[in-house]
Amino acid sequence: MTDTFEMTELVRGLRFNCASDHSLLKAMELAGKRCIPVGCRGGGCGLCKVQVVSGEFSCGPMSKKHVDEASRRCGRVLACRVYPRSDLSFEYRPAPELAGTNNNSNEVM
Amino acid sequence: MRKGVMRPGHVQIRVLDAEAALKHYRDLVGLIETDRDEQGRIYLKAWTEVDKFSLVLNPSDEPGMDFMGFKVVDEATLVQLEQDLLAWGCPVEHIPAGELRGCGRRIRFVAPSGHTFELYAEKEYTGKWGVTEVNPEAWPMDLKGMRAVRFDHCLMYGDELAATYDLFVNVLGFYLAEQVLDENGDRIAQFLSISTKAHDVAFIMHPEKGKFHHASFFLETWEDVLRAADLISMTDTSIDIGPTRHGLTHGKTIYFFDPSGNRNEVFCGGDYNYPDHKPVTWAAEQLGKAIFYHDRQLNERFLTVLT
Repeated sequence: MTDTFEMTELVRGLRFNCASDHSLLKAMELAGKRCIPVGCRGGGCGLCKVQVVSGEFSCGPMSKKHVDEASRRCGRVLACRVYPRSDLSFEYRPAPELAGTNNNSNEVM
Repeated sequence: MRKGVMRPGHVQIRVLDAEAALKHYRDLVGLIETDRDEQGRIYLKAWTEVDKFSLVLNPSDEPGMDFMGFKVVDEATLVQLEQDLLAWGCPVEHIPAGELRGCGRRIRFVAPSGHTFELYAEKEYTGKWGVTEVNPEAWPMDLKGMRAVRFDHCLMYGDELAATYDLFVNVLGFYLAEQVLDENGDRIAQFLSISTKAHDVAFIMHPEKGKFHHASFFLETWEDVLRAADLISMTDTSIDIGPTRHGLTHGKTIYFFDPSGNRNEVFCGGDYNYPDHKPVTWAAEQLGKAIFYHDRQLNERFLTVLT
């Protein structure tokens, strides 16, 4: 039995639903929304890092280069590895060091 | 000039979940599992390869490439190339025989681009998988997934392309098959070959050293590439781009990701070279067409998503 939760991206004010067996990133792609850039979808490249602001979730394996334990505890995690357990609110902001190269990411993908 | 480096022999890739990775490379890409070791590493090969393994999956908490290995013709060549690397100013590390099961001693070094490479002369010869050595049939009937033919090449992202070129060409005997030059004439991509293939290893300029773009596996036909695309959808595997054609090398291709986010390519076709061929050059202003010949547009993800 899968539950469905409501995801809210706070910077752009976008909302979409996410089944509990889908990752946050996959739900965004399925909903046709564009608020997080899509990279490898496997926890490896770090492109889809978000800040979860509220809500419960579990995580799949992620590269420690992009998400260490402290980062994971405070909700800075990769959307491709976030599985919601309640409604979630989160923010996506381009990482400062990637801001120059990723300006178009949301539009391209 | 040839220095006795023969061909790409193996690549060791770090994965977050060994069983998920095995399922991907064995059941989807169609490689054959050949061994495991006490470190938890899993060894695989493509069916036409004669040695025991070409891909090693190494469980880790950070995906990416550990090293790529090239097979050299014999032990004397290995001894000579070690001296040549040292004379060039590249320190080497000795990895004892058996550290990878079935592989002889390896000479390991780090290229100026930040990537770790190895040379070795011996690996257990297990023959092509599923066919006999005498009167072999065309292919084994029980191959899985994309039925990859061979591990073909890797693409690395890193800096110091000029020094890396010098090392690979003047010490190891590779030649420049194809390049991308920027408006100042500086090389921002170099496709290096040790054979008649379009590339055996390639480097693209990137500010961070030692990044891994993809490991590539050869398929026979365009129909096989389309069938790979079907399998990627059937298995809900993360796709990057394709099926399409590259301008660079003119290979027909599709890119996708393993479950840890390492990029894979399967491709067919592509250019060939002989020693009298001049390098093919693309201008950076045509980079879109050079990379994706049909769309003629750069895809941000292809350039920036790395492990």
